[in-house]
Amino acid sequence: MTASTSSSWVRGLVRGRTAVIALPFLFLLLFFALPFLIVGKISVSEMDGLAFKDLFTVVDGTVQLSVKFSNYVFLTQDPLYFKTYLSSLQYAAITTALCLFIGYPFAYFMARARSSMQPALLMLVMLPFWTSFLLRVYAWRGLLTEDGWVSDAVIGLGLDHVLLAFGWISSEGMLMHTPFSLVLGMTYTYLPFMVLPLYSQLAKMDLRLLEAAADLGATPWVAFWKVTVPLSKAGIVAGSMLVFIPCVGEYVIPELLGGPETLMIGRVLWDEFFANNDWPMASSVAVVMVLLIIVPLAIFSKYQAEATERGR
Amino acid sequence: MSTPAFLQIQNVVKDFNGTKAVNNVSLDIAQGEIFALLGSSGCGKSTLLRMLAGFETPTSGRIVLEGQDLVALPPYQRPMNMMFQSYALFPHLSVWDNVAFGLKREGLPKAQTSDRVEAMLKLVQLSQFGQRKPHQLSGGQQQRVALARSLAKQPRLLLLDEPLGALDKKLREQTQIELVNIIHSVGVTCVMVTHDQEEAMTMASRVAVMSEGRFLQVGAPGDVYETPATRFVADFIGSANLMDGTLLVDEADHCVIACADCQHHVGHGITGTQGMTVAVALRPEKISLSLDKPASDFNAVHGTVQELSYFGSFTLYHLQLASGAKLKVSQANTHRHRDAALQRGDVVWAFWDDTAQVVLTQ
Repeated sequence: MTASTSSSWVRGLVRGRTAVIALPFLFLLLFFALPFLIVGKISVSEMDGLAFKDLFTVVDGTVQLSVKFSNYVFLTQDPLYFKTYLSSLQYAAITTALCLFIGYPFAYFMARARSSMQPALLMLVMLPFWTSFLLRVYAWRGLLTEDGWVSDAVIGLGLDHVLLAFGWISSEGMLMHTPFSLVLGMTYTYLPFMVLPLYSQLAKMDLRLLEAAADLGATPWVAFWKVTVPLSKAGIVAGSMLVFIPCVGEYVIPELLGGPETLMIGRVLWDEFFANNDWPMASSVAVVMVLLIIVPLAIFSKYQAEATERGR
Repeated sequence: MSTPAFLQIQNVVKDFNGTKAVNNVSLDIAQGEIFALLGSSGCGKSTLLRMLAGFETPTSGRIVLEGQDLVALPPYQRPMNMMFQSYALFPHLSVWDNVAFGLKREGLPKAQTSDRVEAMLKLVQLSQFGQRKPHQLSGGQQQRVALARSLAKQPRLLLLDEPLGALDKKLREQTQIELVNIIHSVGVTCVMVTHDQEEAMTMASRVAVMSEGRFLQVGAPGDVYETPATRFVADFIGSANLMDGTLLVDEADHCVIACADCQHHVGHGITGTQGMTVAVALRPEKISLSLDKPASDFNAVHGTVQELSYFGSFTLYHLQLASGAKLKVSQANTHRHRDAALQRGDVVWAFWDDTAQVVLTQ
């Protein structure tokens, strides 16, 4: 009797579990996979005035499939697209590197702070989310334009010469609408996404491992590189993905803080859709972008699967 | 004067915000010794060990190894290695790399590192497991990896923090012997910390019983057990019946102590004054039981069996004495069929030799 009750209880639990997993899956299917397929379809459609032609047409009793790949061909022929993809990836990579560089020490000291302090520090990291993302990016415009506080400070310290020497701004004293302002804005916006996974990874580390390393002759510096960094690898990977992927497709920050020289694929997309009204072209740009993002994601999940297999 | 001891701990104090975790402790340890610091949790034994390893700095005092004062050295420069409680193996490294970790830090050439790691893995019988990750091993195997890792650098001093604490009882008994054999075969001097007195007794050549940051008694396991110096040690090591009494007679070859339930006749003198209050400690296994009254008036009590616990190899009886005190008596079960076994409620005589007692003046 006990066995049958418990097994029906287990069955109910399994069914409940399936429902819990299935709901978000259905949601994603409906609002991600389906629209993506529609975008894919548009990207290979022929325009008929303002409407798209159907892919399948019945002519004289035979079904004809017309798929137009010319948009994709055009993507490879016009160097602008290639350059834009490349520069999007570059800006995303630089932003990710900067977030890691700033975020790691940040997360490290947060994880090693007194445990009574940690919730407060964590709160501070998340505080920016309380104001709208758009407002925060707009605020940077105010800080970076001529006579803005940050602009004044940078110029006052003579740092604009350094930025100019690295080619991050194009003329002295002009910080806005440059690669500098773009990367600054993206780094600022995405830093918490780097800090949080790093923090959670570093906070759960067993500190006795550092004692063991010291006992075996590792200086604190060596112990950091040989023990702390490898053990936070999952956090580094997760944080980097969380920053890199949205940065590649970022539209708002390049639009508000970027300039004519900061090519980002998000802006090209917008132009194709709303300036050129070329939906099939815009759709093919979008499809390629999504594929570009899916590749690193696939690598990430493969890494995670391997890590899970190793039991860590 | 003889040469100074291998390891000297001199007047070491560790003060944590006004609490003296280790309170003015001094100790000499000879080369090749296995020395155990024994005490319940919070007695300061782990703090002392961590000071040896360099994870804590003494508030005052010196720690001298082979004439070299260690106090100013950081852990990574000390010629000693520690086997951590629950091992602290690096989870991201294979068994092989865990053992090689210290050797790589030393900058030992690759070939030598490899030879040394292989030798260490062979020593702990884990040669087949080099490529495994720590979490793929059983508790006993992890313990051996930890041992191999701490021996790989051929330390002058090996520190063991609760070396067998994470193993289950059966495996612990087996590993105790194995561990001692390995330590002896390597010839390394060893200081271990444990709260498990059996572990300390079976493994160590000398034991220090610690309480509240001080050493209560230091000596060979047998001496500490058979001649405890204080009531605390008598009670802490093994189990003991403690009886308060007054000293009636104190001669060179014997003394007599009057307790509530009996008169103790002890076969040696103590240097005390007549009428002073003393305690007599009596181990349960040194007492015999009988239904008949023994011949002597000394060293015997009679009481009621109130409780009996059967442990297989022996049985522990709790006797209720006339004064209300309890007496624990253990009897080895040397025969399979015990027709004459005592039952609850039986009134029996308990008696002992005049060499069984230890007279405690503190």
